[in-house]
Amino acid sequence: MTTNPLFLQLLVGTLIGLGAGYLGSFMILKRMSLVGDVISHVALPGIAVALIFEINPFFGAFTALFLAIVGIWFLERRTELPSETLVGIFFALSLALGILITPEPELLEALFGDIAKIGPTDALITFALIAIIFFTMFRIYRELTISIISKQLAQSMGINVSKTSFLFLLLVAAIVAIGLKVTGVFLMGALVIVPAAAAKNVSIGLARFTKLAALFGGISALGGILFANYFNLHPGPIVVLASGVVFLLTLLFKK
Amino acid sequence: MANQETVLTVENLGVKFDDNEVLKGLNFFVQKGDVLAIVGPNGSGKSVLFRALLGLVPYSGKIQWAPRLKVSYVPQKFNIDKDMPLSVEEFLKFKEKKSERIINALKSVGITDEHHIEHHILNQRIGWLSGGQIQRVLIAWSILDNPDILLFDEPTAGIDVGGEETIYNLLKKLKDERGFTILLISHDLNIVYKYANNVICVNKEMVCYGEPHMVLDPVSLAKLYGGEAGFYKHEHGHDH
Repeated sequence: MTTNPLFLQLLVGTLIGLGAGYLGSFMILKRMSLVGDVISHVALPGIAVALIFEINPFFGAFTALFLAIVGIWFLERRTELPSETLVGIFFALSLALGILITPEPELLEALFGDIAKIGPTDALITFALIAIIFFTMFRIYRELTISIISKQLAQSMGINVSKTSFLFLLLVAAIVAIGLKVTGVFLMGALVIVPAAAAKNVSIGLARFTKLAALFGGISALGGILFANYFNLHPGPIVVLASGVVFLLTLLFKK
Repeated sequence: MANQETVLTVENLGVKFDDNEVLKGLNFFVQKGDVLAIVGPNGSGKSVLFRALLGLVPYSGKIQWAPRLKVSYVPQKFNIDKDMPLSVEEFLKFKEKKSERIINALKSVGITDEHHIEHHILNQRIGWLSGGQIQRVLIAWSILDNPDILLFDEPTAGIDVGGEETIYNLLKKLKDERGFTILLISHDLNIVYKYANNVICVNKEMVCYGEPHMVLDPVSLAKLYGGEAGFYKHEHGHDH
């Protein structure tokens, strides 16, 4: 497989970082940091099945993530809080199963990502998804936030809490599925949560929090890919480490 | 009484979750300008009654609001913690975009200093405010769109006793100034005696209904709370 030009990697990586950070801010508002952090693990069996049947792994990953999201959404509806224990167990089991059935030559890439290998299809999917994510969030962020503050209040205002939450979780599944190319199954969840956690350190209000989360995600991806390219390192872990550096820096200015 | 306008009529109201009867046989009506308190022990269906009135849960019987009424509801449960990055201004702007209306609403709930509003309230994280201040902001939220009826579920949950009085005095002031009709759930019978002109005691069924000092007698209180709350009557009785 040929390596794509650095420019394309940076563009796709940065867009994914922006989307992941932005959605991550609402995952944190929903108190779903743990879910956000490990949700990417669920994608592995999906990737494996896609590889076995020779379809684009994105679709396998998305399908697996979609099923996980439906599960989480269902738990959310049944109980007030997502069941962290169940999530922890189920996600770890998915990862174990995925490692077993993923064909060995592709395992390393699936686990840690390889943005150098993104194809034109992946790039197109990324552009389309990022557009859909920001457009949809622009439409639902008010409803989503009110639902998080108080489900009862939201319902009394005519907001469909359950539908809003489902739409949002669907977007999370999409960003994680496409982001696997950048950081892999192990670390994509971190790219959703860490930049948003950093943004929370230095924000009082929602507007600044969500924008900074997107920005930190984008910068982490951009900086990480550049750094990895320069020193010939694996970009996935470097991107996540970059977001970790941003997090540490924000601690100095914590509100 | 004849010139008063009935804003809500409830007849034989019942709510069932699965096979579990949560409310049954409730009959009452509310007139414009009333303050109706709903009392009852934990889990007696008070909050469910509100949710039924708002049409958020399926019910049997009749709930009839007067036409073209605007109802505003402040639930008991809010997930606002200190950590939540959301400013007071952002929260209020979810409901009303115009800054002057927001400032007016905050003035109405007793935060009168405009400098203070701009520099110490609007740009603060909502979770950083004190319990009493958050309650004021919630009341401001509820009156932003000029409603006719306010539904408050335990408006003073988590506030100290002194603060409670302040909040109820504020509600009374708002009612007098703007002619709101108020329905409130309260656990505090002192408050009910002091501020409500009508009370419903709910424990799945309607245990009592009427003016507080007329209907909150030892018999109905015992029925409502299981025999231990009779001394309330002693404290507030009109026989001394």
